[in-house]
Amino acid sequence: MADLRCDIAGVKSPNPFWLASAPPTDKEYNVVRAFKAGWGGVVWKTLGEDPPIVNVTSRYGAMHYNGTRLAGFNNIELITDRPLEVNLREIKQVKRDWPDRAVVVSLMVPCEEENWRNILAHVEDTGADGVELNFGCPHGMSERGMGSAVGQVPEYIEMVTRWCKQYTRMPVFVKLTPNVTNILAPARAAQAGGADAVSLINTINSIASVDLDAMAPTPTVHGKGAHGGYCGPAVKPIALCMVAEIARDPQCNGIPISGIGGISTWRDAAEFIALGAGSVQVCTAAMHKGFKIVDDMIDGLGNWMDGKGYADLDAFRSAAVSNYVNWGELDINHEIVASIDQDACIKCGLCHIACEDTSHQAIRAARTNGDRRYEVIDAECVGCNLCMHVCPVEGCITMVEVDNGKPYMTWGEDPRNPANMKAAE
Amino acid sequence: MAGGPQIAAGRLTGRQYEENFDDIKPPLDRRRALIEASRCYFCYDAPCIEACPTGIDIPSFIRKISTDNVRGAALDILNPNIFGGMCARVCPTEELCEEACVRNTQEEKPVHIGALQRYATDNFFETGEQPFTRAPATGKRVAAVGAGPAGLSCAHRCATLGHDVTVFDARDKAGGLNEYGIAAYKTPHNFAQTEVDFIMGIGGITIETGKKLGRDIALADLRSDYDAVFLGLGHTAVRELSIDGEVMSGVHAAVDYIAELRQAADLAALPVGRRIVVIGGGNTAIDIAVQTKRLGAEDVTLVYRRGPREMGATWHEQEIAQTNGVKIKHWAMPRRILGNGSVEAVECEYTQLDASGRLSGTGDTFSLAADQVFKAIGQMFVPDALNGSAQEVLEIANDRIVVNDDRQTSLPDVFAGGDCIAGTDLTVQAVEDGKVAAIAIDRLLRS
Repeated sequence: MADLRCDIAGVKSPNPFWLASAPPTDKEYNVVRAFKAGWGGVVWKTLGEDPPIVNVTSRYGAMHYNGTRLAGFNNIELITDRPLEVNLREIKQVKRDWPDRAVVVSLMVPCEEENWRNILAHVEDTGADGVELNFGCPHGMSERGMGSAVGQVPEYIEMVTRWCKQYTRMPVFVKLTPNVTNILAPARAAQAGGADAVSLINTINSIASVDLDAMAPTPTVHGKGAHGGYCGPAVKPIALCMVAEIARDPQCNGIPISGIGGISTWRDAAEFIALGAGSVQVCTAAMHKGFKIVDDMIDGLGNWMDGKGYADLDAFRSAAVSNYVNWGELDINHEIVASIDQDACIKCGLCHIACEDTSHQAIRAARTNGDRRYEVIDAECVGCNLCMHVCPVEGCITMVEVDNGKPYMTWGEDPRNPANMKAAE
Repeated sequence: MAGGPQIAAGRLTGRQYEENFDDIKPPLDRRRALIEASRCYFCYDAPCIEACPTGIDIPSFIRKISTDNVRGAALDILNPNIFGGMCARVCPTEELCEEACVRNTQEEKPVHIGALQRYATDNFFETGEQPFTRAPATGKRVAAVGAGPAGLSCAHRCATLGHDVTVFDARDKAGGLNEYGIAAYKTPHNFAQTEVDFIMGIGGITIETGKKLGRDIALADLRSDYDAVFLGLGHTAVRELSIDGEVMSGVHAAVDYIAELRQAADLAALPVGRRIVVIGGGNTAIDIAVQTKRLGAEDVTLVYRRGPREMGATWHEQEIAQTNGVKIKHWAMPRRILGNGSVEAVECEYTQLDASGRLSGTGDTFSLAADQVFKAIGQMFVPDALNGSAQEVLEIANDRIVVNDDRQTSLPDVFAGGDCIAGTDLTVQAVEDGKVAAIAIDRLLRS
């Protein structure tokens, strides 16, 4: 079995699967259950200063899609609502009882040097492996000048990170908010401030849905709704992109990344690691199915790595980063066309109508003796993949490479590029 | 019905009757309906639509169910098929829409279209809304003979198009086979009349019951009194076994007994034999077999002269018979009915196919003890009622009224549909016939 041990910014865990800072890591009780189930680490739910915050009831909203529960998940819960002393005591106990697991403590206090210095000293005393600065939460705390209110201002990120590095020997993770135009600015600020790692993404600003009877956003609190933080499987593509941006950015200089965002399976985790993530953090999937899902994550990742011949995580970490390029570096001569496996086709016609109504009229709907037959018109097919994606039968429509004998050519090199035409004149 | 010692009423407790004749397939609740609706792929050129004789846009109504647009779903069903509620209950979906479902190809489990159709229509009917309105009155009058699915479908469409309709029916109640012929557990809680009331709710339709064509009314009179006539006469006779003993007490036409069962105020008062033999292989044979079993008969044997694949009953219906404990005896036919005034047994002969594929008896016989024998070998249309001068010009072929694509007969102002014309003897087909005829009648009356 492949070696799944993980070391990110000096924080070690038996596997890369951590629970993200969230309700599942709010208490010793939950964290111990997670460790018993096999989770490699936790980021303890964000600590703040006393007196603890007060939460509202009705905290979660959800995006169910066509029978799939929690395709997206949204919350308006704040940081921990338990006294600081209670959390610190439990963290200390957990770390003592589970020395091989990673215990990172998420923190959020007002943007003053003194406040950060104070809390860091308390956390250091617990024996925790590191801290994660919560510059991400987009709801509630941001209205009080914390969370994403800090994460959206690179100068603040750099400043607070620098204080933390100054006042603690523990590795400092900076958790980034995706609610920015370009993730590189906050990532570079963290790097400049001396962060040991970045964690991303935190949740995305969201309204889960509108209750059309109450005429209010959900989750509805006494007839009103506030924007919340969106996460779950639906946000994974956004998270992957942001992780990859940082992973390939020379200025970020290979800063370790703890990947977060819709990770539900070992395959999701492998994708994040291939794009540069060190550890991965999970929340929604655990809140949906319980801690036992980590069993398949560990098992599945190990089996997949064995099949691929990857001895450890470093063997494939960042392997996809160099293949993440800008559009202008793609091969404009690459050519594929759709191919329908007629034996597998169930004649639903979705490929035809998708292409006919919304694309290139490249799939013919034919009838032979009343029997339906859907055929690709190769000459019209632009190789867009739409039919393959709408087909309900896995593997029925494939995109077949056409050997056109043309070389790899980017748009920059293409004679049809107006810039090249001008140069040729 | 004569009650001998072996034929008795009240074999079960009241509770058992209630359970045995309640919905054989309970309706979907919203939760289940949403799960089932999510299985529909929303096919382009969907095969299920083509497989529906009334052409209901099935993917459309299922999508509407999935978005809780139940009213929209119900109207997608009721517009092309005003009997969408009954069809949801009685259509042999396993050989219509559900057989065509593309889900069969991959997983042999179609979307349960019938159940979803029932969900949409039941929930809509509960609102009590009358969604249909009539076009401005044309002053034209249409007569429909037969208040079954064909006649009422025609009447409803004619009424929406602005014509006034009088529907004549020989029986005491409207509904035709929906009221008198469908197995009780397929349409409990008086649904047939609920549906008739809904159809009548549009206005402009008058039903005259107890009026039989050829006895109380004549086609020639209808033609002179009305601008157009629609004949939805249904089957008018049952096929006979033509064997010795057929007239004995205890031998019944299955359809007569089912009608009696459907109209029974108290099922406990309905006598049924301990040992039942049913002759036939169609859905009526299954219906009588299962219903007598559920009335408390001990042994019910269905005798059919060919194999399971040749049975008129669908595989689903055969399954219902088997799960209800009906014994199906294939490859056998009745030779004579034995008894002393009352039936005591049926002597049957084994059958086989000869080299040319013709069915013949093997000469070997066996005997089945029976207190009641039900004949369910088919019904037919007997054109006797089309008496007088009309019959001479109303073209009949193979014992059915001849019609063109518009369901127009050889008499240009007379249309026909349902079981009295050629084609599948299905409720849903009768509804389509009535609808198509009404559209053609409308065209004729406006020309």
